[in-house]
Amino acid sequence: MSTSSITFNRRSFIRTSSLASGGLLIGFNLFTACKPKVQPPVDISQLNFNDFNAFIKIADNGAVTIYSPNPEIGQGVKTAMPMLIAEELDVAWDKVYVQQGILDTENYTRQLAGGSQSIRLGWEPLRQTGATARQMLVNAAAAKWGVAPSECTTSEGVISNAKGETLGYGDVVKEAAIMEVPESVTLKEPKNFKIIGTDAQNVDIDKIVTGKPLFGLDYKVDGMVYACVLRPPAFGQILDSYDDTKAKAMPGVIDVIRIGEKAKELSKEGIGNWTVAMGKSDKVVVIAKTTWEALKGKEAISAQWVNGSVLESTEFQDKQLIGLLDGKEFKTLRKDGDINIAFAKADKTLERTYESPFLPHNCMEPMNFFANITDEKIHLVGPVQTPEFAATAVAGMLGRDVKDVHLEMTRMGGGFGRRLYGDFVYEAAEIADLIRKPVKLVFSREDDMTAGTYRPAIKYRIKAAIKDGHVTAYHLKEAAIGGNMYGLIPNFFPAGAIENYQVDVANYQSNITTGAWRAPYTNFLAFAEQSFFDELAEIMEVDRIQLRLDLLEKVKGSTDERIQYSPERMQNVIKVAVDKSGWGKKEDGVFQGFAAYYCHNSHVAEVADVEIENGVPVVKKVTCVVDCGIVVNPLGAKNQIEGGVIDGVGHAMYGDLTFMEGKPQSQNYDKYRLIRMGEIPVVESHLIQNEIAPTGLGEPTLPPAGAAVANALKAATGNRFTQQPFSKFPELMQVPTKPIIG
Amino acid sequence: MPKYDIKVNGISKSVDVAEDTPLLWVLRDHLDLVGTKYGCGIAQCGACTVHIGGTAVRSCSLPIASVGVQEITTIEGLSEDGSHPVQMAWKEVDVPQCGYCQTGQIMTASAFLDKNPNPTSDEIKTAMHGNICRCASYTRIHRAVEIAATKLG
Ligand code: FES
Ligand code: FES
Repeated sequence: MSTSSITFNRRSFIRTSSLASGGLLIGFNLFTACKPKVQPPVDISQLNFNDFNAFIKIADNGAVTIYSPNPEIGQGVKTAMPMLIAEELDVAWDKVYVQQGILDTENYTRQLAGGSQSIRLGWEPLRQTGATARQMLVNAAAAKWGVAPSECTTSEGVISNAKGETLGYGDVVKEAAIMEVPESVTLKEPKNFKIIGTDAQNVDIDKIVTGKPLFGLDYKVDGMVYACVLRPPAFGQILDSYDDTKAKAMPGVIDVIRIGEKAKELSKEGIGNWTVAMGKSDKVVVIAKTTWEALKGKEAISAQWVNGSVLESTEFQDKQLIGLLDGKEFKTLRKDGDINIAFAKADKTLERTYESPFLPHNCMEPMNFFANITDEKIHLVGPVQTPEFAATAVAGMLGRDVKDVHLEMTRMGGGFGRRLYGDFVYEAAEIADLIRKPVKLVFSREDDMTAGTYRPAIKYRIKAAIKDGHVTAYHLKEAAIGGNMYGLIPNFFPAGAIENYQVDVANYQSNITTGAWRAPYTNFLAFAEQSFFDELAEIMEVDRIQLRLDLLEKVKGSTDERIQYSPERMQNVIKVAVDKSGWGKKEDGVFQGFAAYYCHNSHVAEVADVEIENGVPVVKKVTCVVDCGIVVNPLGAKNQIEGGVIDGVGHAMYGDLTFMEGKPQSQNYDKYRLIRMGEIPVVESHLIQNEIAPTGLGEPTLPPAGAAVANALKAATGNRFTQQPFSKFPELMQVPTKPIIG
Repeated sequence: MPKYDIKVNGISKSVDVAEDTPLLWVLRDHLDLVGTKYGCGIAQCGACTVHIGGTAVRSCSLPIASVGVQEITTIEGLSEDGSHPVQMAWKEVDVPQCGYCQTGQIMTASAFLDKNPNPTSDEIKTAMHGNICRCASYTRIHRAVEIAATKLG
């Protein structure tokens, strides 16, 4: 047994109280708990329950309810996070009721966004919270029996003593509620886990399959009206004038208003930079009694737009990015040794450029938000991944106290990074502030696809030097729209494995808004890098798997703290993937491609199998091996792995958003291709079993998928894909009539 | 505005809406049946699928004026309590990720299995091809349809 150590005082984020209705309520601040850098308040007597955002309720009858504050975007954290609490609380999972509801609509603001980091950050504090609650219940029972707490054991919500007497948790909640919060608690050894590591169904499953109102778009209150917004049709345009006579005469249309003043305030203050392109222009809003009437009303507006800045086309942007790669203006993010000397001395060099398009997020549930603003209160409800930030920004833009803001989160019909950006919250708030009625802002699919914060178009150029059969230099250059790679990404593989190594970045500031998209930067960088290593192996005439393993070998024992990938874990997932995929042992007609990648603290290796059907290569199977530490919920984990891999394959094959004079050329699913049922590969997933603390799973299986497919397509067709999406190059999909040599 | 009498989940309803109003928005905004989802509005994603006279229909592209007297079934009427074999299979496989597309998927699958209770794997793929799942839970959707078929068969 290990006593867990944590760098902050547990008392500051846990508080208990007895409930008027009977039972015990344990409140804890997940925000503080999961982000140890946030300083808990010094004087805890000043804390009240409003400062807590997650709760465990144990009723008199022993029933346990966990109020999970984390927004669910489809990654399963709403199930996995309560599992961590329940494990240490020592209750049976099927007796636990998980609610994302709010305990108190007046006073409860949920603060924490989801994402691949939730489980990693919550791993210790959530288990500690459960263990603390359990210890208090045990202490209460021990006091009742007059025995030492250490003589008591628990199992599935029942406390037993050495004499064989038992008490249910519900029997001692009253006493436990007034007990001291213990200073330290003992956490279970992983081998004693009963809930962690077992399959748990999505906690909302019953509601989802029966169509209960769960999502933002489903939220309704009496007297609510609907708003649809006419935004500039092209990035770079701004509103000049509009005629709303026709719209105002349409059935159900209540009013037509102009917004934009407040949003401009926001961008002036530097908040919400990502809304700049759209935020620079005023917008026309149609308020109507129903969604359909608002959508129709919007179509009836005739607006004039003027060009505020250059209307960019994809061709123009491509030239800018290539110009950057060819140029000399770079910021160096990492530099080891001297690449120039190594290149000068090289026997051979290889240089390749890889190109990716913009991608919209296309969450299945279009952006939307509810707002109701009175002099007393700003009530916001909907799907957003950054509620705290949105609440602060809205208060700032309306010149109100943030305490007036009550933000509730709904389940989200997908996130993929889009709902990190609060543009739709600000729009809803500005509208509600003007009309002073409860209002639901609704994006049509066209609005959603054309007013995006897209995955930026990026180009990578990679050059390597080979000397005496070794890779002696690696130079990665990035030219991106908007921002550049950040954080530890420049220190991912092959940093540390190659003596002379340099990462240079440059960016072009476009007026097209860009932002995070599932696995930011790595979603395409992995494709570039892992395609490049395959080519490198080919010109070095070495085994492509061995090349990667050998390079990883050199990272072992590294003392460079920036390098956080583990060469041992990486080698392991590679070896397991080789084994499980039958690498190199496939019958004729099956062409395999390999990729391995580390991001979001998890290690992944994938093998894609391509077969020829009716003369075209088809991705039939992807074997995916993941080391993400302890797997909290294998059932949910496999769902994430399958989804991530298929998403990666789908976007590499089909995803493409181009611009013509600032206008997105796809507006809806008729012109934007997403992978569908008939195109999916079988995904065989393998989770590495170990006892290392869990890491991210929502994102890391996506990045390597594109490279594994490209490498398999090369094997099948002899052609190298360096640009996504692959479907844009049907000529490269031609299968040669003669067998490929080499 | 014209008045339309429709029958939804066995109950007669009367709605006062413009004739071009898609059934989707009548269900969601007028009848509070929000289990039927909006995804694209142009019959491309299947999120809005309902049954009309037992056939799967894209309610976003069906004007109320064309509905007529045929019986409409939405996810809320597929079963009282989620006990329809397709819903049961969905739970057994734990299909959803974000969950948004799933009611549409279930409605497409249930209408399909009514007509073809013993489908092949390829027939399932073809039948479900029109429903997008952005979270790509396709593998589990396929599995759940197979399981539902054995429950129905
Ligand atoms: S909303 Fe009807 S098919 Fe997409
Ligand atoms: S589960 Fe998210 S769109 Fe299908």
